[in-house]
Amino acid sequence: MSVMTYIGAIGAAQQEAMIADERVIIIGEDVEANVYGTTGGGKQRAEKGDFVEQFGHRRIRNTPISEEAIVGAAIGAAMTGLRPIVDLSYSSFLYMAMDQLVNQAAKNRYMFGGQSSVPVVFRSAMFYGLNTGAHHSDRPYPMFMNVPGLKIIAPASASDAKGLLRQAIDSDDPVMSFEAVPLWGLKEEVDDTEYRIPFGKARIRREGSDVTVVGISGSLPLALKAAEAMAEEHGISCEVIDPRTLVPLDTATIVESVRKTGRLVLAEPAHRACGATAEIAATVAEEAQDALRAPIRRLTAPNMQIPFSPALEAQLYPTTEKIAAAIRQVAGLEKTAEERISA
Amino acid sequence: MLRKADLQNNTLLEMQRRMIRIRLFDERASKMVKRGYIPGTVHTSIGQEAQVVGACMALRKGDHITGNHRSHGHPIGMGSPLGPLMAELVGKATGVCRGKGGSLHLADYAHGSLGESGITGSSIPIAVGAGLSAQTLGEDRVAMCFFGDGAANQGVLYESMNLASAWKLPVIFLCENNHYALSTPAHTVTGGRIVDRAAGFGMPGVRVENGQDVLDVHEAVAEAAARGRRGDGPTLVEVMTYRFREHSEGLRINVDYRDTNERETWLARDPIQMHRAWLIAEGVATEAELDALADEIAQEVEDCVTFTMESPDPEPKVAFEDLYTDPYDMEAVQ
Ligand SMILES: Cc1ncc(C[n+]2csc(CCOP(=O)(O)OP(=O)(O)O)c2C)c(N)n1
Ligand SMILES: [Mg+2]
Repeated sequence: MSVMTYIGAIGAAQQEAMIADERVIIIGEDVEANVYGTTGGGKQRAEKGDFVEQFGHRRIRNTPISEEAIVGAAIGAAMTGLRPIVDLSYSSFLYMAMDQLVNQAAKNRYMFGGQSSVPVVFRSAMFYGLNTGAHHSDRPYPMFMNVPGLKIIAPASASDAKGLLRQAIDSDDPVMSFEAVPLWGLKEEVDDTEYRIPFGKARIRREGSDVTVVGISGSLPLALKAAEAMAEEHGISCEVIDPRTLVPLDTATIVESVRKTGRLVLAEPAHRACGATAEIAATVAEEAQDALRAPIRRLTAPNMQIPFSPALEAQLYPTTEKIAAAIRQVAGLEKTAEERISA
Repeated sequence: MLRKADLQNNTLLEMQRRMIRIRLFDERASKMVKRGYIPGTVHTSIGQEAQVVGACMALRKGDHITGNHRSHGHPIGMGSPLGPLMAELVGKATGVCRGKGGSLHLADYAHGSLGESGITGSSIPIAVGAGLSAQTLGEDRVAMCFFGDGAANQGVLYESMNLASAWKLPVIFLCENNHYALSTPAHTVTGGRIVDRAAGFGMPGVRVENGQDVLDVHEAVAEAAARGRRGDGPTLVEVMTYRFREHSEGLRINVDYRDTNERETWLARDPIQMHRAWLIAEGVATEAELDALADEIAQEVEDCVTFTMESPDPEPKVAFEDLYTDPYDMEAVQ
C-alpha cells in the first residue's frame, strides 16, 4: 500500500497496463511532456515525461489537435490489434469527436454482427468548479450514457480510479473514463499490486439505515461529508453509495438500499436534464416506489451554462450543505419550500 | 505496355471476374430493391468497377479497407463470397453482419473489410488507425479508405491525412471521384482539385485520369501500397470515374442534374467492356472464355440469391447481441 492522489492513481494504472501489455499505447495532446500529470512515472504529478523514456515514442505519442482523427484512429487501431488509451484532456473536447465516438466506437461491433471488438479507452477530465468558463467546464457523461455500446466509468477515489481504469484498459469494449478534476489531489492508501474493479458493481461507502445517498464522481466525497455531519448533528444514519460505473449501472444495489431506508437523495455535478441521477431516480421509482417514505431528491447543476466568475460559478453545483439539507428534508427534519409557503 | 504484362494472366482474369461480380451482384440487388425483397435502398458501384477492383486487387491478404455507403463493391473487390453479402442486404440470419448492418454497413473481416460507413467520411480515420496498428506492431500491412468526392469535403479527411503524414502511416486515401455527391456536381462545391490537397500535407497525390481502366487504377494503388510498406507514409489517390446509375436505387430526382452528353460519353467507357477488349487484344483470353466467365458469375449470383431466399430470418434475440463483448443483460433493456 502507498498513499496516492487520484491523478497519481490514474497514472499508475496506465503505467501498470503499459508494462503488462505491449499492445497498450497512449495517444493524446501533450502526453509526452506529461502536461496533465498522468503520463509520468511517479505517484504524484511527475516532473518530467518519463513514460517516453520507459515505453518509447512508438507507444506514447503526442497528437496533432485533431480530436476527430485521433479518436477515429484509436478506434481503427483497436479494431486491428492495439489497445489504445486516448487522453482527450478536457471533457469539453469530446464533442469534436462526437461522430467517431457515437457512430464508430459505439456501433461497429453491433453493426458488423460481432466481427469487431473495439478495446479502446477514452479518458477525459471534467474541469468544473475551477473558473475555466463555459468551454472548459463540461461534465458530459450523461450524453454518453445515452449511447448504447459505450461503457462509462466515473471514479470518485484514488483506489477506485486505479482499479476501474485498469479494468477499462483490459476491457474489449470501448470505455469512456470521466475523471473529476476537483478530486485530482484527493489522497488515500492504494494497493500497489495490480487489481481490477469489475464494472457494474456499486461501492457502498458508508452503511446506514435511514437515508440512501448516491454520489456520482466529484459529488461523492461531498455526500460522505454530509452523511457524517447528519449522523453527528441529527443522528440520521445515511447509506452512501458510489455507483462507480454509469454503464453498466448497478441499480440493484441502490434499489436494495432504498428498500431498507425508504429515502433517496442523489447528487451529481452534471446538468439536471436526463442526468445519471435522473436515470437512477426513474429506476427506483419503477422498482421501489412502494418502499419510498419521502419524495426522491436530486442535487445537480441546473440546466444552465457555466459562468466564469468565481462569484457566479460555485453556486451551481451540489455542495455538502445542499446535500445535507436534502437529507434533512427527506428525513422529515426540514420542510419543503411548498410546505413552508402553505404553512 | 510493359507494366500490364507484369501482371500474371490469372490476376488479369481475376480483375475481370471481380468486376463482373460487382456488376451482376449490383444489378440483381437493384431488382431486389424494386421488388421489395431488399428493404430500403442500395447504392450500386455500377460503372465504377475498375476503380474498386483495381484498388482492392493492389492490396494483399492481411491489408485492410474501410468504405462508404456505395458499399457492395468494396468487399466484393476484396474477394468476399457473395452469399453472405446478399443475405445481409435482405436482412437474413446468414448475412455477413447477422442482419444487423444491411447494405450501408457491410463488413467482412475475413477478407480485410473493416466496415463500410453510412456516415460520409466517417470511416476515413478508422483506416488511419489500421495503419497505426500496423506501424506500432511492426506488421507488414497497409490500410486503404474509400471515400467519394463528396466526402472529400469533410474536415475529418484533412485531420486524417495530416495525422497519417505526420506519423508516416501506411495508409492509402482512395477518393472515388464520380463527379457527383448525390445531385451536387463536385466542381460546384469543391475548391481546386482534390488530388492537389495531398501536397498540403506533404504526401504524394496521384490522379488516375482514366479510372475506367482497371490496370491504371491498379498501378497507382500498387505504388501507393508499396510506398506504405516501405515506411514512406500515406498517399492520396484520386480516381476519376462515373456512376452509371442513380445515386441510389429507386431514388427519383426530378431535376436532370447530369448532362446527357456527359452521361453517354461515360457510358461508352464501360470498365468491364474495356478490360474485356484488352484481355482479348493481348491474347490473355478468348471471347468464348470470357463469355464462359460471365456465365459462371451469373450462376454465382443466382446461387447467392437462392442462398439468401432460403436463409432464415434472424431470431428476435439477435437484436440484443453483439453490443458488447460480454453478454448483454436483457433485463437492463426491458
Ligand atoms: C455526414 C453525412 N452527411 C450527408 C449524408 C447523406 N449522403 C449520403 S451519400 C451522399 C453523397 C455522397 O457523395 P460522395 O461522397 O461523392 O459519394 P458517392 O455517392 O458519389 O459515391 C450524401 C450527401 C450522409 N450519409 N452522411
Ligand atoms: Mg461522388
